[in-house]
Amino acid sequence: MTRITVKVDGVSYTDDVEPRLLLVHYLREAVGKTGTPIGCDTTNCGACTVHMDGKSVKSCSVLAVQADGSEITTIEGIGNGEWHPLQSAFRAEHALQCGYCTPGMIMAAADLLRENPDPTDHEVREGLEGNLCRCTGYQNIVRAVRRAAQETREGAAS
Amino acid sequence: MIPAKFDYVKPRSLDEAVSALAEGGDDAKVIAGGQSLLPLLRLRLAYPELLVDVGGLDELRGVREEGESLWIGALTTHYELIHDRLIAEHCGLLAQAAGTVADPAVRHRGTIGGNLSHADAAGDLPAVMLALDATMVAHGPGGNRDIAAADFFVDYLTPALDGSDILTGVRVPKHGRGWGFRYEKFQATAQSWAIVGVAAMVRRSNGHVAEARVGLTNMGPVPVRARAVEDAAAGAAADRDALRQAAGHAADGTSPPTDLNARPDYREHLARVLTGRALAHAAGA
Amino acid sequence: MTTDTQAPAADAEIGKARVRKEDARLVTGQTNWTDNLTQPGMLHMAFARSPFAHARITRVDLSAARSMPGVIAVYSGADFAAEQGSLPCAWPVTPDIVIPDHPPMATEEVRYVGEAVACVVARNRYEAADAAAAIDVDYEPLPAVLDIRTALDQGSPKVHEAGNKSYEFAMTSGDVDAAFAGAPVVLERNYRQQRLIPVAMEPRAVLCAPSGDEFTLWSATQIPHVLRTMLALVTGIPEHKLRVIAPDVGGGFGSKLQVTAEEVLALLAARKLRKPVKWTESRSEGNLTVHHGRDQWQRIRIAAERDGRIRGLAVDLLADMGAYLMLVTPGVPLLGAQLFNAIYKMDAYSFRCTGVFTTKMPTDAYRGAGRPEATFAIERIMDDLAAELGVDPLELRKRNWITHEEFPYTTISGMIYDSGNYEAATARALELFGYDELRREQEQRRASGDPVQLGIGISTYTEACGLAPSRALGEGNYAAGGWEHASVRMLATGKVEVVTGSSAHGQGHETAWSQIVADKLGVPFEDVRVLHGDTLVAPKGMDTYGSRSLAVGGIAVVGACGKVVEKARVIASALLEAPPEEIEFSGGTFQARGGGGPAKTIQEIAFEAFTGHNLPDGTEPSLDAEATFDPSNLSFPHGTHLCAIEVDTETGQVTIRSYVAVDDAGVVVNPLIVEGQVHGGIAQGIGQALFEEAVYDDDGNLLTTTMADYLLPSAADLPDFVTDYTQTPATSNPLGVKGIGEAGTIASTPAVVNSIVDALRPMGVRDVTMPCTPQRVWRAIQAARGNASGGTGDAGSGKGSDGDTRSGVTHTPPDGGSAASDEGGPR
Repeated sequence: MTRITVKVDGVSYTDDVEPRLLLVHYLREAVGKTGTPIGCDTTNCGACTVHMDGKSVKSCSVLAVQADGSEITTIEGIGNGEWHPLQSAFRAEHALQCGYCTPGMIMAAADLLRENPDPTDHEVREGLEGNLCRCTGYQNIVRAVRRAAQETREGAAS
Repeated sequence: MIPAKFDYVKPRSLDEAVSALAEGGDDAKVIAGGQSLLPLLRLRLAYPELLVDVGGLDELRGVREEGESLWIGALTTHYELIHDRLIAEHCGLLAQAAGTVADPAVRHRGTIGGNLSHADAAGDLPAVMLALDATMVAHGPGGNRDIAAADFFVDYLTPALDGSDILTGVRVPKHGRGWGFRYEKFQATAQSWAIVGVAAMVRRSNGHVAEARVGLTNMGPVPVRARAVEDAAAGAAADRDALRQAAGHAADGTSPPTDLNARPDYREHLARVLTGRALAHAAGA
Repeated sequence: MTTDTQAPAADAEIGKARVRKEDARLVTGQTNWTDNLTQPGMLHMAFARSPFAHARITRVDLSAARSMPGVIAVYSGADFAAEQGSLPCAWPVTPDIVIPDHPPMATEEVRYVGEAVACVVARNRYEAADAAAAIDVDYEPLPAVLDIRTALDQGSPKVHEAGNKSYEFAMTSGDVDAAFAGAPVVLERNYRQQRLIPVAMEPRAVLCAPSGDEFTLWSATQIPHVLRTMLALVTGIPEHKLRVIAPDVGGGFGSKLQVTAEEVLALLAARKLRKPVKWTESRSEGNLTVHHGRDQWQRIRIAAERDGRIRGLAVDLLADMGAYLMLVTPGVPLLGAQLFNAIYKMDAYSFRCTGVFTTKMPTDAYRGAGRPEATFAIERIMDDLAAELGVDPLELRKRNWITHEEFPYTTISGMIYDSGNYEAATARALELFGYDELRREQEQRRASGDPVQLGIGISTYTEACGLAPSRALGEGNYAAGGWEHASVRMLATGKVEVVTGSSAHGQGHETAWSQIVADKLGVPFEDVRVLHGDTLVAPKGMDTYGSRSLAVGGIAVVGACGKVVEKARVIASALLEAPPEEIEFSGGTFQARGGGGPAKTIQEIAFEAFTGHNLPDGTEPSLDAEATFDPSNLSFPHGTHLCAIEVDTETGQVTIRSYVAVDDAGVVVNPLIVEGQVHGGIAQGIGQALFEEAVYDDDGNLLTTTMADYLLPSAADLPDFVTDYTQTPATSNPLGVKGIGEAGTIASTPAVVNSIVDALRPMGVRDVTMPCTPQRVWRAIQAARGNASGGTGDAGSGKGSDGDTRSGVTHTPPDGGSAASDEGGPR
């Protein structure tokens, strides 16, 4: 067992974990952040995407011990108690159907907007290449990300 | 899926890491970002008994100028390769190729050291190292050791590292004015591995190619330097036809693999077409 | 039946682009995926699975696993033999069909890689995985059976003792021989419908909690009601002691329309251990063991006049069942039996399908189920026929399609298409697409020898949704009905609970049903709550598949609302002191005819019913009502999809440049949801056309177990789609609605492949086998150019020489055209 301290959605946790424990299992089962689901074994689907020290990572492909000392944000903490503009935009643009990919998609999109606050459609599509959705055909996801970008820019300007 | 059990140490110094690896023997493995290793662990295709986490070693961090070369620490992530000012200035090919690796989240975690130590000929950076004439620097019980990129990729998933060697970084010659570059990657889907990739460096002079270097991704068990193309391109006019002709040698001496995406003859064909395109782009033709 | 062709009222909820109610929990991570759920004392299950496609189990050694830390129990098939029964096949399509015994856990023989042979129940999922890896099984390998084209040959190894044929189904309408004899044009084509893996984003999961002799089972299923009944029949646990819950379910596409081995075994393990047991699959486990889709060889022949009029069509299918028949395995190819004739008129039609066993994962429903296969074959050969005749492919379709004046129309295959307007949808699609400009550009590129060629693909489709009526299903030996159930509860405060037997897993029922109820009861959209997916809460239902929910389940909701209004009318009549027949109901208010007098809202009536203080004698103090709807016919959405692609002829890479879909799903309840269904459907159809294939090697090992091998398109691999719809109301239900869940998938696959062949036809390419990967497209071009490097390859193997079934140019057909296709077809 290895002792780790991780801040998740603003709360600090210290636990003894097996070295092989995946970060996503730590988040889901030790911290109770079941908003972050698991969709594959090979880093392809992106459903488990969270932010680690401000950058998107696939939490199924990070060991919990590697996250020691880091700050994690999940879909449950991204809005700081409110809805993040991406959460609102995903709803407004019907950017989800079953919703299983949605937490990862939103976390990946938030990372994209952090780097590029005004992406083109093409840039959104490229930026989300690591997140698979089987329901929407992605078009409304692209719309939602651009809508959130616009609203964020307008919010910042006003 | 769930990895099998292993022990884990996170050394505080390079020497400590090397001794941990030495002690662990064949059953010990280095982990950095883990983006190649974690899927293998989860699919139980790898069963290390000890993981040595080099993530805390500051010696492996940073990008800096060392005379006519850049030193790129092994822990430099793909994300950092894409965004680093020095890399953009002196070896843009590396930044461009790093931008095609997997996807943004994987690029945040995955490191150049991990990528090269994994020595996957389907990975994008090994061929880039060949085209850049880079040097790998390994640290082992006997101290530091330089390994030319051309000697580093020994066989499929086999780098020229001894059991307790750790790749600490890469030394890349600066490629200044006059050099053009292109990484041409051909994929089945945006996030999938290269079916074939071509890393091209071209130095142009008076409308001709003064020097060309070409590395090929996924054209054999190891990344391939396309010497025949380089020889044919050297001195050739920097125009599309001449470069396409030179690219006709791209598959010479290769032994490309068969997989779900391609059989060898198609890979050979792609190598020729993509090399022509990469050279033309790099030469500004 | 009535047809509501009038424009909806301005304030009508039906037709409004409401954002979805269900999104609030889904975008914030407050979800109830089955794997999120825990129960006190819950244990975790993991499986040991066969590494052989076909083998006899000679020894199972559980001792090492039993001694591992945290392990509560380890079972082999023998431990379940007395109670596990046989997984059900609910569609014995012919009287002499062979339905092999299908134990949830193999006891003597395994017949596909991934079949469960033993399991562990442990304290946590890590310990369970470790112990499962320690289970030691010895096998005596038996020969694999992988190619349905040779599986029926004399001397082929057998999958089951009874042989490799499951069934043969045939139907004929009209004089097919006469139609083909002397026809001026006859074309024959062999098409491959490759095997697909559905890949819902949520992997399967099941949790079973025992309580005495009663059990609650949560499952990532599309069919909680069917599952409950089937689990009772399989295990002998009385149905009333089983409660099945489908909590939030992360997509299905048919893959969760199943009664799975893992569901049965989790239930049995929970019963043995008297503890809650959970199992969650990994993706690589899922690719192996979630049922696969498609997998047919299609031979299609068409006879036509020189002017393009179709005389006859003959279809002969070989369908890969896999190793066993699962819930509706044998019926899936037959869902296309009456649809190869599609939107076209003809004199004669024949259809034959042979279901064949192989040592692979069973196939079953995958989005479209039978209709994509049918639509692909007819729309592909229509393009070839147009080329043969030298007419524009759209013009050929116009010469043959059923015109809008001809509805209702009884097709050659015996279906009655109630409504449709192919002209209107096609006209709109052409307008959005810019067909003529693209054709001009295509000519220019051809003339200039551009290495990037342009192709235009067309798919005019219809399909059949909402399997019904029940009587007809009975005649087809389908084990269930085609009805759906709903109930409406008026709460004391005027709020409404709607209980539906449909079981949504992404389709937005909570929103769409609320819109229907808001209109029918005149209550605010926000005041309606929709309950589903729990057999205790929604005790009656037939669940969600086959684009049935709105056209069947939505109509049951309408029926229940109507009954609520009638019950309320009686109370209103007493309160308003006017006879019931004088009381009108509009916008949620009861009032005596003529208006002006006192009025009562439905909420006020609900409160009156709650108190019961002022009800007339003999009046039930409740407005609640339920209804079950059994449609008189299926519904027949249709549409026209147009696709423009660019092919890089140097590499074979295909890029979709533009895609237009105009669909007609009848009356649209929520345009946002309809658009979403169409987008997602198109994406999945494109997946089949360009990217996806489940590949087995020569030993029967699945090579595409991960998402790194089974390629799904990402956002970066797809274009924007231009979508619109026409609305031709269905006449078989009072809302005029049709299904839209599968239309995009059905239409898009042939549109894409037609566009690729269209681009390359001048080079001599006549077909490219799906998925049309760059390698296959390149090989098709090479073969057409007579270049040996592309023309031979894996000729006729079709079963993965050195792991490669994706390539496969085989032969230059006698007419000089080239088909990049694995050789052969049904024989």
